[in-house]
Amino acid sequence: MSAVLQNLVNQPYKHGFVTEIESDIAPKGLNEEIIRLISSKKNEPEWLLAFRLQAYEKWLSMSEPQWQNVNYPKIDYQSISYYSAPKPKKKLASMDEVDPELLRTFEKLGVPMHERAALAGVAVDVIFDSVSVATTYKEKLAEVGIIFCSISEAVQTHPELIKKYLGTVVPVGDNFYAALNSAVFTDGSFCFIPKGVKCPMDLSTYFRINTEESGQFERTLIIAEEGASVSYLEGCTAPKFDTNQLHAAVVELIALDNAEIKYSTVQNWYAGDEKGVGGIYNFVTKRGLAKGVNSRISWTQVETGAAITWKYPSCILRGENSVGEFYSVAVTNNYQQADTGTKMIHIGRNTRSTIISKSISAGYSNSSYRGLVRIAPTAENARNYSQCDSMLIGDQCGANTFPYIQVNNNSAKVEHEASTSKIGEDQLFYFFQRGIGAEEAVSMIINGFCKEVFQQLPMEFAVEATKLLSFKLEGSVG
Amino acid sequence: MINQDSKTILEVRGLHANVNGIEILKGLDLTVKSGEIHAIMGLNGSGKSTFAKILAGHPAYEVTAGTIIFNDQNLFDLEPEERARAGVFLAFQYPIEIPGVANNQFLRLAYNTVQSQRGKEELDPLEFDDFVREKMKLLEMNPDFLDRSVNEGFSGGEKKRNEILQMALLEPKLAILDETDSGLDIDALRIVANGVNQLTNKDNATILVTHYQRLLDYIVPDYVHVMEAGRIIKTSGKELAKELEAHGYDWINADDHSKTAGVRL
Ligand SMILES: Nc1ncnc2c1ncn2[C@@H]1O[C@H](COP(=O)(O)OP(=O)(O)O)[C@@H](O)[C@H]1O
Ligand SMILES: [Mg+2]
Repeated sequence: MSAVLQNLVNQPYKHGFVTEIESDIAPKGLNEEIIRLISSKKNEPEWLLAFRLQAYEKWLSMSEPQWQNVNYPKIDYQSISYYSAPKPKKKLASMDEVDPELLRTFEKLGVPMHERAALAGVAVDVIFDSVSVATTYKEKLAEVGIIFCSISEAVQTHPELIKKYLGTVVPVGDNFYAALNSAVFTDGSFCFIPKGVKCPMDLSTYFRINTEESGQFERTLIIAEEGASVSYLEGCTAPKFDTNQLHAAVVELIALDNAEIKYSTVQNWYAGDEKGVGGIYNFVTKRGLAKGVNSRISWTQVETGAAITWKYPSCILRGENSVGEFYSVAVTNNYQQADTGTKMIHIGRNTRSTIISKSISAGYSNSSYRGLVRIAPTAENARNYSQCDSMLIGDQCGANTFPYIQVNNNSAKVEHEASTSKIGEDQLFYFFQRGIGAEEAVSMIINGFCKEVFQQLPMEFAVEATKLLSFKLEGSVG
Repeated sequence: MINQDSKTILEVRGLHANVNGIEILKGLDLTVKSGEIHAIMGLNGSGKSTFAKILAGHPAYEVTAGTIIFNDQNLFDLEPEERARAGVFLAFQYPIEIPGVANNQFLRLAYNTVQSQRGKEELDPLEFDDFVREKMKLLEMNPDFLDRSVNEGFSGGEKKRNEILQMALLEPKLAILDETDSGLDIDALRIVANGVNQLTNKDNATILVTHYQRLLDYIVPDYVHVMEAGRIIKTSGKELAKELEAHGYDWINADDHSKTAGVRL
């Protein structure tokens, strides 16, 4: 839950600080020179520079995708600064200096006191020694041979692993945003679970704290070797602000024989104001390769933030008997737009996939599910079950479902179900008549609707996600 | 159950109300005291459900004139959920389905909300489970209904029982039962009526909206009102229901030529 709100509290205009001139920011724009600068600043090996340059080459020849069901003004890629040196975090002296709006949000979400301070960037070493917590945590993981660190650190300490796996699931030229990310990524997480190791705890980005802000182009790589398993938690329920509008992350997962990776996300990027002004564009490429026999990749996401979400966590089911899962809740309100879904690519025999997608739209928002199920000729006895349910709150929002199904093997069985429902005035009135207020009523209805997805989340995360959803939809009904 | 030291629970005066700009209630008066059971009868479309929903505060209905005092309070000052917590209970004519929300969770939340409002003890899931099962016995309901979604896939009769179960849990001051008898077979009617009878006492009051006399064989009212075109046009003792059954609604209008004759039941 770490690298989150510092940007908010550091926003000079908001708090009336004077903007300091940063000495270590690259000039705006993207060219080969800038990429060389990034790579040398980070002290990267030659092959990684080559990787970046190749991605840049591809990117130049690509154009921004137009097919998604979202609208936004054209992004000027030459007006972005692609590198700034990690800055020490500015600490606030006490909770009194924190934006009251932010405190109210913490209150609503029930974020524990010590975390509130940490998230808000207050110097809390007395209350909560985050450094020592993170250290203990790292030591525990190291005992069983797990590597969990920032990807920049891993490039220095385990270059052979990065070289072997980076870009193997999401190739440098995979899509426009992935190519951009591959060219300019500055940081992200690296996680390696060696053969036979079951990770003893959920790995959370929260514990990768006190590293720098990961920036707009985050890169994550997770590898589970034979028989290994890990549950990884990304993001947090506290709102995440950033002055950078465009975020284009890449996440790659690789599961070898009998390995299992469960990746859970709660995304709460700043969505803009009620009129849709501001807000993050979240254009993410997430893909898992179920490479080995009996391997399993499971994506669970709760998407609540961002002005625009463009995201399709996918599974390539190559290993025989491998399993892919996608559980998603996408909430949009006000003028948010989300185009999200998954791709299940069945290549191996007896591969199975499950897609459960729930979208909740309120206000003037628009939510689309876009999913591809492809059964390759080699995928004997492949199975897919997809279920896409949409819930509408009010009359001004919209929901769409775009399922693409490509079956190239007759033994495959593919099922798709879809439904659309509304929270009606009479349903709410029924709750009211029994003494239950609007907030609790909506939360009950929504939780019922999202049950199958929340069940997939680790307990604590599920509780937080539940609160977050009610919070997001507050005032949109009743 | 009219008694000497009863107090006025509900006082409706000159109530006018619109829905979608059309006037449905046109000057309704009604006084209900503690310990009393009132039956409101009338043809379809006369405004009985409209009146019931206005008492509960349904947002679709616009009150244009008149007053309602509930328990010495101006009812219009209270939001729908506040009315419920203050003891207004409506058993809906058509209880709505709420997919995905487990009945037991819903019931417990409603119960605890009302309990805490009254300064009484809330129950945890286990305690509540015991408690609600006892109440279900009274209505001969299968406990399986606890695990299902609220009203989802319930038969008409099962929905009505679920309504009375909620009445049993919330112990209202004023219960309005809107055609709770319709859709019930004779056994179910007896069970539900029996449940309601056990819940009425000298401190609360009940308004039974019904179409038929037969419910009133089981729940004996102190007053029977006849509603027509948004007003109560006749009030009498329980024998009125029997006469209505025998003669039809136009019998009431025989001495009132300003109204067109009603349709026979
Ligand atoms: N939500 C509504 N929208 C439009 N008309 C309504 C609505 N509710 C009730 N009405 C109309 O009001 C009149 C009274 O209806 P109602 O109160 O349901 O009668 P009853 O319960 O006595 O059968 C009917 O003509 C009905 O069509
Ligand atoms: Mg009616």
